[in-house]
Order: sequence, then C-alpha cells, then structure tokens
Amino acid sequence: MEFTFDLNTIWFFLIGILLIGYSILDGFDLGVGALHLFVKDDTERRIMLNSIGPVWDGNEVWLVTGGGALFAAFPHVYATVFSGFYSAIMLLLFMLIFRAVAIEFRSKRPMRWWRQMWDVAFSIASILIAFLAGVAVGNLITGIPLNSEKEFIGTFWSLINPYTVLVGVTTVALFMMHGAIYGVMKTENELHNKLRGWVNNSIIFFIICYITTTMTTLIYYPHMIQHFKEVPALFVLAILNMLAIANIPREILKGKDFFAFLSSCASIAALLALFAFGVFPNFVIASNNPELSLNIYNAASSQKTLNIMLIIALIGIPFVLAYTISIYWIFRGKVKLNNMSY
Amino acid sequence: MDVEILSRLQFAFTIAFHYIYPPLSIGIGIILVIMEGKYLKTKDKFYENMTKFWVKVFALTFAIGVATGIVMEFEFGTNWSTYSRFVGDVFGSALAAEGIFAFFLESGFLAVLVFGWDKVGPKMHFFSTLMVSLGSMFSAVWIVVANSWQQTPSGFHIVGEGINARAEITNFWDMVFNPSSVDRVSHVISGAWLAGAFLIISISAYYIVKNRHIRFAKSSIKIALIVTLIASLFQLFTGHKSAVGVSKNQPAKLAAMEAVFEDQTNAQLYLFGWVNEDKQEVNFSVALPGILSYLIGFDTETKVTGLNSFKEEDRPPVNIVFQAYHLMVAIGMALIALSILGVFFWARGTIFKQKWLMWIFIFSVLLPQIANQVGWITAEVGRQPWIVYGLLRTSEGLSKAVNADQVWFSLILFTLIYIGLFILFIYLLNEKIKHGPEDVDEIPSEIGHPKS
Repeated sequence: MEFTFDLNTIWFFLIGILLIGYSILDGFDLGVGALHLFVKDDTERRIMLNSIGPVWDGNEVWLVTGGGALFAAFPHVYATVFSGFYSAIMLLLFMLIFRAVAIEFRSKRPMRWWRQMWDVAFSIASILIAFLAGVAVGNLITGIPLNSEKEFIGTFWSLINPYTVLVGVTTVALFMMHGAIYGVMKTENELHNKLRGWVNNSIIFFIICYITTTMTTLIYYPHMIQHFKEVPALFVLAILNMLAIANIPREILKGKDFFAFLSSCASIAALLALFAFGVFPNFVIASNNPELSLNIYNAASSQKTLNIMLIIALIGIPFVLAYTISIYWIFRGKVKLNNMSY
Repeated sequence: MDVEILSRLQFAFTIAFHYIYPPLSIGIGIILVIMEGKYLKTKDKFYENMTKFWVKVFALTFAIGVATGIVMEFEFGTNWSTYSRFVGDVFGSALAAEGIFAFFLESGFLAVLVFGWDKVGPKMHFFSTLMVSLGSMFSAVWIVVANSWQQTPSGFHIVGEGINARAEITNFWDMVFNPSSVDRVSHVISGAWLAGAFLIISISAYYIVKNRHIRFAKSSIKIALIVTLIASLFQLFTGHKSAVGVSKNQPAKLAAMEAVFEDQTNAQLYLFGWVNEDKQEVNFSVALPGILSYLIGFDTETKVTGLNSFKEEDRPPVNIVFQAYHLMVAIGMALIALSILGVFFWARGTIFKQKWLMWIFIFSVLLPQIANQVGWITAEVGRQPWIVYGLLRTSEGLSKAVNADQVWFSLILFTLIYIGLFILFIYLLNEKIKHGPEDVDEIPSEIGHPKS
C-alpha cells in the first residue's frame, strides 16, 4: 500500500472520523427509533423518545458537517455521489424531515391516532435512514459506473442489488443493537428489563448479518482486503472489532451498561475503519474502469484549501468535543419525564 | 419543463420555505437572551416563565429550520453538481466552517436551552441561551458569506479550462470579506431580528386584544419593540450600503432593481411602477428625479449603467427584480413607521390603549417575512443569468447525471411535504398561543420585588 502522510490523506481520515462520529452518535438514536414500535405503552414510548430528546439534533449535525467537509475537501466526491444517488438522497432527505418532525410533534397532542401516526413515521424513517446509509456504503464497496467526466452513468435501480441491500440490512441491525444498549443505559424498571432482552436478540441479528456480509465481501469484492494482505498489522482492526462485539453480552450480563455501550461504539468505529482501509485511497471506485475511480488526489480541493480547512478543523474540534461531552454529561443518568419533555 | 427550470424551481421553493424559519430563530433567540438576562438580573420568576414560553415557540421554529436546512446543503450536490465541482474549493470551506463553528454550538446548547431548566443553574442556562443565539447568528454569517462570494467573487483564481475549470482559493480572508459580505451579513441578520421580534409583537398584541396574559404580553411587546426600532433603522443603513455596493459590483442587478435601461446621470428613483421589458418602459410609475444617482454617489451627476450596456444574454429579468426590490423597500419603511409609532405611544403611556395599533401589530408578523423573501428574490434573481457572478452561468451549473423525471418526482414530493409541514407548524403554533404562558400572570411580583 502506498501511503504518504499528506494533506489529502489526513482529510480522507478526518472525513472518516466525522463519519464514525455520526454513526456512533446518530447510530444509537436511529436504533432507538428502529425499536420504537416494539414498545407498546405510551409512557414507555415517551421515555424512549426522550432518551434521545436532547441529543438527536446535535448528533445529526455530524452528518451535516460531514457533508460540508466533503464538499470542501473533495468536491468531486460530493458532486458525483450526491447527483449520482439523486433519488436515494432525496428519499433520505424526506426521511430526515419526517423523523425530525415526528420527534418534535408526536407528544404535542394527546390523541391516540396522532401519536400512533408520528410513532410509525419516526420508526420507519429511522429504519430507512439506517438502511439507505448502508446501501450507500455498499455501493462504495462494489463501485459504481463512472464516465471520464467523473459523472455517474448508472440508474437508481443499479444501486440496489443483493449485496448493497445486505449491507443496508446489516447497518439497520448494527444500529438496532447500538440503540438497544443505549436504551438500557437510559431506562429503569420494566422497560429496562425489556430492552436488556432486546440487546441479546439484536446482537444475534447483527452477528448473522455481519458474518454474511463479511463472507460475501471476501468472495465477491476481494479488493477490499488487498491492503490487509499487504499490511497484516491492519488485521488487528478486524480482531478488535470481534472482541468489541463479543464483549457486549458479557458487560450486559454483568450489568455494566455503560461499558457495553462503549464496546458497541468501538465495534462501529472498527467496522468503519475496516471499510475505510478497504477502499483507501479511493472514495468512489469506478466499477466499469478502475482508472476512472475518484481518489484522494483526483477528487480533492487545492492544497491551500485543504490546509485552511485543517486549521479550521483544529480550531473547531476542541470546541465541538467540549460541547458534546458537556451535553452528554449534563443529560447523564436515567430519563425522567417533565413538562418540557417530548 | 426541462431539468434546468425544474432544478431552479426546486431550489427556489426549498430555500424560500426554509427561510421562513431560521430568521425567526435568530430573532427570537436574541430576545430570549434579553428576557433571560432580565431574569438573571431581577431574579423575578415572571421573566423565567416568559422566557420558557418563548423557548417553546423558538424550539418549534428551530426544529423545522434544521429539518429543511439539511435539504439545502445536500441540494448543491444533488441538483447542482457541476456548480459544486466549480466552487467546492471556495464555497465548501465556508459551508464546513458553518458546520463546525455554528451548528455544533447551536444544537449542543439548544439541548440545555429546551431541556436543561432543571439540570443546570440559572447562570449556565443563560449562558446556553446566549450560545444558541450566537450560534444561530454565526450560521447566518457563514452561509451569507458563501452566498456573497457567489455575488461578488474575490480571493480566488480559476484553474483549468472548459469542463475542468474551477475556482480555487488564493486568499481565505479576501474570500470571507469579499466586497458584499459585510453589508449583506448585517442586512440579513437585522432582517432576521425583525422577523423574530414581530412574531413576538404579533402574538403579544393578540393577547392584549383578547385581554389575556396582560402583564406577559405588555412586557414582551416592550422588549420586542426596542429590538424592532433598532433593527428597522439599522436596515435602512445596511440596505443603503448594500445598494451602493450592488451599483459598483453588480451594475446589471442595480439596473434591474430600478429599471434603468440606458446609461444615465441624474437617474430617477421609482416609488412604484410596472416594467414592460419589451418596450423598455415603466408604466403606472411615480419617480423622484435624480435621487437614484444621488443615493449611490451622493451626487445627482453619478452615472448609472443601464441594462442596454450589457449583452442581452447577460441581463437579469427586470420586472421580477424591480417589484421584489420595491416591495422590500416599502415594507422596510413601514416597519420603521410601525416601530416608531409603537415607541411613541409607549413613551406617552397609551400604547396598549391603541386598539387599532394592536390590530396592526397582530398582522405585522407577515411584513418582515415578506420583506425577507422578496429581498432574497432581488438578490438571487438579480444575479441571473449567473450562478457565480461573471464566472459560471446557472445553466452551466446543473447535475449532468440527473434527468427531468427525477426532479419532477422530488419537486412534487417537496411541495406536498412542505405544505403539510407548514399546516402543522401553524396548527401547533396556534395551539401554543391558545395555551399561553404558564401561570405568569398569577405571579403578582413586579420588578424590584424578587420572588423566590
């Protein structure tokens, strides 16, 4: 693997870190959303909703900032992917709107039909967002057809195939597991016990999906493990990932919910790191002709801009971490409903 | 319809709808800071409850602002990918700065503002309110800087040719402080203060007329009136500076705003009129001779460049820009008049007895909203046919991978979803207004008699 520690490489990994931050944070609130309809009682649903109440909005900002950073650092990736995946992105946007509106409006009125309607919208939107994100990742693994002007030349339906759907389902399973563990941390009594049971089910669901996806990737998309053959040390990531996943049921059993959550975060980070090392130095692999792939050099902004952006990031990141940590600290502990709750 | 007109319609529709909400958040945000500041100073629970009520209204506008805002960021890539490739190096960094400096600040502290009343002390809560308000304004700063760069590009050079040409930053601060940034940022933020303040005035005036929550309503109106008085007068100043800037940097836009067809000195300023673009004349008009030249150069001999000095393919549509601009100016003047009237009767101590004024106040919420919309129409339609002024045409900025059917599909869905969203917004706002603030009026304390 050719690896030069230049601005382009740094930005590849910074975008990766934003994506990991998004997946860990919005991952659990999408997961809570995916599990929402399994909870039947209105108060319990409100507790689920309010467990993510103060933070979901901030979690979504990681996606917005990731989009902005991609636009600035690798405009060709942003342009090709967003226009190429047009209909899928529009669907994603509609779901993001539905979800935000559902969270905001659900508990504003007492009527049963009103709440049921928004609960369904919230849950389906959460599942679809996770699924679409997974399908997008799947397409970056398989590659998409590009022309010499860096434009996508496939169709919407060419993005949907058994493999990309599998990655989509795996993402839903991953976030469900992650969300269930977060729920265990934030709830008490009956709901808490119910969620503990769901953690085990969702882990099994996730592991089945994960093994299937891994095997399919190894068989059909061996380019993803090229770097791992060249640099065996990277294999540590795969082992860490397994250990992190295996550690979750152990911590749950011991009642150490927070450590289970950290393990789940670690497994998400390791999974995305595996993906990032798999595609590096490409962002978008051209399935029709590898020469046309968008990589960290031919898709990037100028060195000057990457440099300016790095300064912006270095100034901004300490602040962002400070807010994020303080907000989670302020809202630590079990959820209690009050008159400002959703 | 072809993909160009559909994409333009979609962008115009989604941005116009989005732009109902952030100005409300920015405007209410600054007033929340004042109200909660008063609470911190007086320790009077009345101000805490007052802040809590407006926080609920704020949270509602903020939620829709965020949901419709993500759409905007993604639409550059989905519908305008050639433009994105061209400007990414420059425009993208402003957008990324908005994310990292503004959105995290806003959304993080919003959690404390809305849900943190029992979790943190009053000082920390006030600090959070302040940060949310600052964050919302930072966001306006960065996005308007990015837009201003499209109007008056600077601090860049063009690299590559033809299909591969793109703008690259040469000087970041020249890009940020491009010739129109400061004027436009201040004009936009002050317009946002007006939007938020008049919403508060409108709801409070309704309570006065209905004889409910009287103390709450009176106090809210007074605080908001101070904001509108300052902001509406400031608009006159920033608006004037913007127009002078447009005359220098985007002369075709200025010519469209005032329907100037031939180069001329002693150019007239229209109060109103209807432009016939084919015959190049303005009908049903009243105009002040020489004033346009005077305003942009403090001299009636100042030469104004007419539209005919530009190639036909470089001219913006005239009547739309003319009407939008004149409506904005007229509303701006009306807002100054309303603010002065309000403060005048307040000073005489009879403001809340002027029922007619209260009724005007109830409907006044629409005025800054309309002015903000038509102001942006002036700015954006006036920039046409360019997407980046003088560098890239709107027709050249489209996504090549997207066809008209796809945009039809998304445009129709956006229309349906946004209509639904707007109905919901009005419904829930109405519920909140009917419900009113929590027992604020049962607290008998006045300023100087701190409770608790």
